[in-house]
Amino acid sequence: MAISRRQRAQYIRYVQYGILVVVILLVAFLADWGQIQRAFFNVNIASSMFPNVITVALKNTIIYTALGFGFGLLLGLVLALMKLSTVGPYRWIATVYIEFFRGVPALLVFIGIYYGVPIAFQVQFPPLTTVMLALGGVGAAYMAETIRAGIQAVPKGQVEAARSLGMSQGRAMITVVIPQAFRIILPPLTNELILLTKDSSLIYILGLFREQYELTKFGRETLSRSPSLTPILIAGLCYLIITLPLGYLSRYLERRTGGKKVSVV
Amino acid sequence: MSEICVEITGLKKSFGTLDVLKGIDLTVNRGDVVCIIGPSGSGKSTLLRCVNLLEEPNDGKIVVNDTELTDPDVDIDRARTKIGMVFQSFNLFSHLTVLNNLTVAQRKVLKRGEKEAQEIALRNLERVGLSEKANSMPAQLSGGQQQRAAIARALSMDPEVMLFDEPTSALDPELVGDVLGVMRQLADEGMTMLVVTHEMQFAREVADKVIFMDGGYIVEEGPAAEVIGNPQEERTREFLARVLDPTHHGPSDPV
Repeated sequence: MAISRRQRAQYIRYVQYGILVVVILLVAFLADWGQIQRAFFNVNIASSMFPNVITVALKNTIIYTALGFGFGLLLGLVLALMKLSTVGPYRWIATVYIEFFRGVPALLVFIGIYYGVPIAFQVQFPPLTTVMLALGGVGAAYMAETIRAGIQAVPKGQVEAARSLGMSQGRAMITVVIPQAFRIILPPLTNELILLTKDSSLIYILGLFREQYELTKFGRETLSRSPSLTPILIAGLCYLIITLPLGYLSRYLERRTGGKKVSVV
Repeated sequence: MSEICVEITGLKKSFGTLDVLKGIDLTVNRGDVVCIIGPSGSGKSTLLRCVNLLEEPNDGKIVVNDTELTDPDVDIDRARTKIGMVFQSFNLFSHLTVLNNLTVAQRKVLKRGEKEAQEIALRNLERVGLSEKANSMPAQLSGGQQQRAAIARALSMDPEVMLFDEPTSALDPELVGDVLGVMRQLADEGMTMLVVTHEMQFAREVADKVIFMDGGYIVEEGPAAEVIGNPQEERTREFLARVLDPTHHGPSDPV
């Protein structure tokens, strides 16, 4: 029996829906819903986490992320300018930095700074400084490449116009190129902020006081005192409070800038 | 201030192995309008861009407003404030309003106060007929309006000489007239102007001197009526025939 092209497409679509339904039914029947509810949706445990999960944990996650992002953005900008420098050694140093910190796990950077810096420089940074250096140090490696791509995406004529008006190279960079570059790279930078939000959980290795807990540490600590995984679920939902709006913001900005793609190599 | 505004002697410029300017001598008197015409690739834009050192010459001497730009110790940023430049692609700063486009260099480079800079900017916007667009973003303007704003931006620095690099080539035909009108008005006010252009009518009516360039040399120069009306050189005649009556000529010979 010959079937037309259109009928074949129809059958394939039926099969796709069929597979979906089978998987959902399998999961629904095989999962122990009572157990899941006890494990993840214990209302008593959930309510015992409030308000501290917001007033301490969520707040600290935001603070750590903001510090890391702020420092990372600044360092990333410096690295991007070094990478574009005419001075060879600047370019090499920036390249080595970027390749190194992009290539090693953020956790190792946290450990390195937490244990390494006191040995190397005889100073013990407070946790806030450590998280700023570690999180920002890793973020800078990623952001540097994004910023460099953004700077190079600014049309050459903009610099020529600035120079023809008597601006020096540096003045043109600050007044004309960098503001335009940041407009171009706002969407990818927002993504970077989302990644840093999640990486801020790595601060757990620092040995924190209770009032310094962020979401993951707070969730794990609550978990150790309760027979339910509910704290993990609550912590996860709190991350979404931060990351979902950021993701939405990123897509909004991308639409507004006309979806102009910046190649980050 | 001498009567000579721009003096170029023995100017040579090459990009890699490509010699674009092969020895240019040119003098522009204060208040004169000089139009540079010629086929594409003849080096006319490069010549213009050398006059404010956007291109670094390989050899020769360029003196503008009694400052030798080719002196290695010259303060080029300061010299450029007296040389206005208008680009084919406008190059308005896309992140700033029209008004801020006109004030940013005044404030950051000339260190004028905000109020003074704005007054000067608004005065120049009025000159080019764009007063009501002061708070628009460049992207909201038509090409002709953008180019007039770019002219006003250059004028706000109080330049001694204005360089125009094919200012109407990127415009829709019906918008060309607005920009040429502003340029003609500038010429009437006595501005010294160097204009790379394909607008022969403008060159004929406004230019004090027309320069025909080809192959990196100045082939012919003189009053507009002479160079355009009665060209002496064969290459000039051929070029003008093509430009003035493009439909009646076959494809150009391979060089």
